[in-house]
Amino acid sequence: MTLGFGDQYAKWRVDTEKVPAACGLSGLISEDGRLIAGDTIIESMRVIHDRGNGLGGGFAGYGIYPGHATEYALHVMFEDESGKAACEELLAGSLEISDAGEIPTNPAANIVDPPLLWRYFAVPRPEKLSSSGLADEDFMVRLVMTINMTIPGTFVFSSGKNMGVFKAVGFAEDVGEFFRLPEYQGYTWIGHGRFPTNTPGWWGGAHPFNILDWAVVHNGEISSYGINKRYLEMFGYECTLLTDTEVMAYLFDLLIRKHGLPLEVACKVIAAPFWKDIDRDTDTAEKELFEALRIVYSSALVNGPFAVIVGYSRGMLGLNDRIKLRPLVAATKDDMLYVSSEESAIRQICPRPDKVWAPVAGQPVIGQLKGDV
Amino acid sequence: MPGNMITSEFLVNVDHERCRRCKRCILNCGFGVFDFQNMTTADSSKCVACHRCAVFCPEEAITIVRNPLAFKEHSSWDVDKRKAIWKQAQTPGMILTGMGNDLPWLNVFDHLLIDACQVTNPSIDPLREPMELRTYLGRKPDSIQVEKSDGGWKLETPIGNNIKLDIPIIFSGMSYGSVSLNTHKALAIAAEKLGTVMNTGEGGLHKELMPYKDHIIVQCASGRFGVHSEYLNSGVAVEIKVGQGAKPGIGGHLPGEKIGPEVSSTRMIPQGTDALSPAPHHDIYSIEDLRQLIYALKEATGYKPVSVKIAAVHNVAAIASGIARAGADIIYLDGFRGGTGASPAVVRDHVGIPLEIALAVVDQQLRSEGIRNWVSIIAAGGIRSSADVIKAIALGADAVGVGTAALIAMGCRLCQKCYTGNCSWGIATQRPELTGRLDPDWGAERLVNLITSWSLEVKEVLGALGVNAVESLRGNRERLRALGLDESTMNIIGVKPAGR
Repeated sequence: MTLGFGDQYAKWRVDTEKVPAACGLSGLISEDGRLIAGDTIIESMRVIHDRGNGLGGGFAGYGIYPGHATEYALHVMFEDESGKAACEELLAGSLEISDAGEIPTNPAANIVDPPLLWRYFAVPRPEKLSSSGLADEDFMVRLVMTINMTIPGTFVFSSGKNMGVFKAVGFAEDVGEFFRLPEYQGYTWIGHGRFPTNTPGWWGGAHPFNILDWAVVHNGEISSYGINKRYLEMFGYECTLLTDTEVMAYLFDLLIRKHGLPLEVACKVIAAPFWKDIDRDTDTAEKELFEALRIVYSSALVNGPFAVIVGYSRGMLGLNDRIKLRPLVAATKDDMLYVSSEESAIRQICPRPDKVWAPVAGQPVIGQLKGDV
Repeated sequence: MPGNMITSEFLVNVDHERCRRCKRCILNCGFGVFDFQNMTTADSSKCVACHRCAVFCPEEAITIVRNPLAFKEHSSWDVDKRKAIWKQAQTPGMILTGMGNDLPWLNVFDHLLIDACQVTNPSIDPLREPMELRTYLGRKPDSIQVEKSDGGWKLETPIGNNIKLDIPIIFSGMSYGSVSLNTHKALAIAAEKLGTVMNTGEGGLHKELMPYKDHIIVQCASGRFGVHSEYLNSGVAVEIKVGQGAKPGIGGHLPGEKIGPEVSSTRMIPQGTDALSPAPHHDIYSIEDLRQLIYALKEATGYKPVSVKIAAVHNVAAIASGIARAGADIIYLDGFRGGTGASPAVVRDHVGIPLEIALAVVDQQLRSEGIRNWVSIIAAGGIRSSADVIKAIALGADAVGVGTAALIAMGCRLCQKCYTGNCSWGIATQRPELTGRLDPDWGAERLVNLITSWSLEVKEVLGALGVNAVESLRGNRERLRALGLDESTMNIIGVKPAGR
């Protein structure tokens, strides 16, 4: 049983708060919104094969479901049919489902013993939404949390609109082949190869981590995980996936979607500037803002080594921790922004970039769509 | 019949061959142990083992030993219980004591272990990298609003008053009256140098401390001693003292002997009268009354933060939630090991619960109600070392308060006789010949040294934990493990056993 749900999962939930992991990551965005086939990101990840150890790989693509662009695309993994039945009953009660089916896979790929992998395109039932008193997105967040917390052996691993997460136990390039990514077209792609240190194969623990449109791939270990998790719990987020990367996805959702902070301001919460730099900031408005962010959002500071790439509906972000303890390289070429753990992964798919640089600790690198897609 | 059936606790021996008869011991002992008749003599029955004589004897001629007099062993009737009965059979009254609970209750801090980085994440060297301890005390909004401003973003609404501390350690309230003015001065000087605050305790603020007003929290307790408009505005915050860890549920009594001219004018009571603090505030009989006082104090001070100090008692989590909802900006939690100048021993030793547990349940309760940002938590009453500071912060404290440790730094030997007013070290006394012994600058230097040392140790451990800001430790119970605690205690404090 490679999925690791059921009894084994329950045991981990008791024994393990989180599993340390190190990793390789890569991401690309066309700011013009040009659609790029999934093989590009697979090729990029193939170069940094050795940063993973075959115990987790995954991708997220944006713009891949133009035919269902206004609906939530739920990707769900089931250990067995009973979880699927329970989940589908819950989904049917809460959502109007326009389309459902197995996620297409390639059985010839080097991936063993997959769970049941299903995809549902849906929107909240209007009567359920209004009786819940929640905003559309909060309704979906609550539904995802409920499924992940209460239905044994069942995980929603992708819940955004016009985007999808694909992840599995295996090397990244094999995961890409397994999910037939070359058949999808997206304007943003992010990828991840995982090197967990003390866990068997765990499909739910592969990256990217996702909630709504947020997808996060992460290299690092969040030393502040314990308080970040407890902080998020105050706002109804339940960390269920045994890995610290999850808090990163939820923090972005909280800060940007729920608290309305601009992305670059949210980055100053997650990788907060040092007091010594704030104290000597001559821009008084900025100084006042940074002080307030650190005072109010101290529990949302993500401390410890990390490099993350975050995908969202209109862009892609690369960010390092406040003292850059993990590698992150960025490059641009025409309308493209690339971010990766290693320059080689960028040059594999963009041999002659216009510009290549190592982003400074805590300074976000952001690529944004210029127009509609 | 013998007048006193209680034998001396300690025996004082003077080595007459070494003694050069300088009589320094006679001058130094606040308890009148020594006399001189051709040679130095000692009345051991008065000795409290405060060591003042031994420290100041130039020949090290004085030794103090526990009286080895054998008592028939009895595991239930230990000697202290027998002595208490003899005392009370001789004179009716409560047995008084000072400082904190001295019974060997389980100390949760001593059963907690701290994590460190290995391989998968790098530890950080505090000698080479910034390591941030800055802490803000006070109410914080749940979120902030920003607006666009030429090219960047600016804060749309200010976030309200907070106290800025350079370190997450403050000095706990000890009143002028119970301790000497020089003790207060030492604490104030040190607080200023350390970038933190001292707390006046309930005895008002002597005018000589006014220059340190940016480093002082003024207290308003049930006796309202020295409380007036100028006083309330002479600090960075006001604290309503509801309870004290050493004596939850009871008031205070400063005997008239300690009320000399300076204490009298500071406390605004006549000289020589007993200063009685009622057990409750007679204008706070319930939570809605507390709210009124909180807002009255805010109105009187231009909305400075208001702290509410409570003793750790059984239902502390719900009480703390009520305090947060009543408008307090800070909750000061005082555990049952907290110190005092005077308390009935029965209360000091048997009433209340440990700080560690109270702190953990209060932090969790406020989180489960989603109101943790509304208040800061100061944890006090049993903080003995930098390890305790780290563990308290990891359990959920914003800052810790130290009282006893500060007094020990200035010479206190924990003799627990503060209530007698005879403190040979010049701390818990108003006798002028004793208070003059504590030089405020010397005391402040020792306090600065101690707290600086602790700060270095906290930074070192933060680095080992792989974080470079104290807020990443705060409430991060994932970095603690328990060794030798029972399952229910671990559940209550939210810490896993070592090995899991």
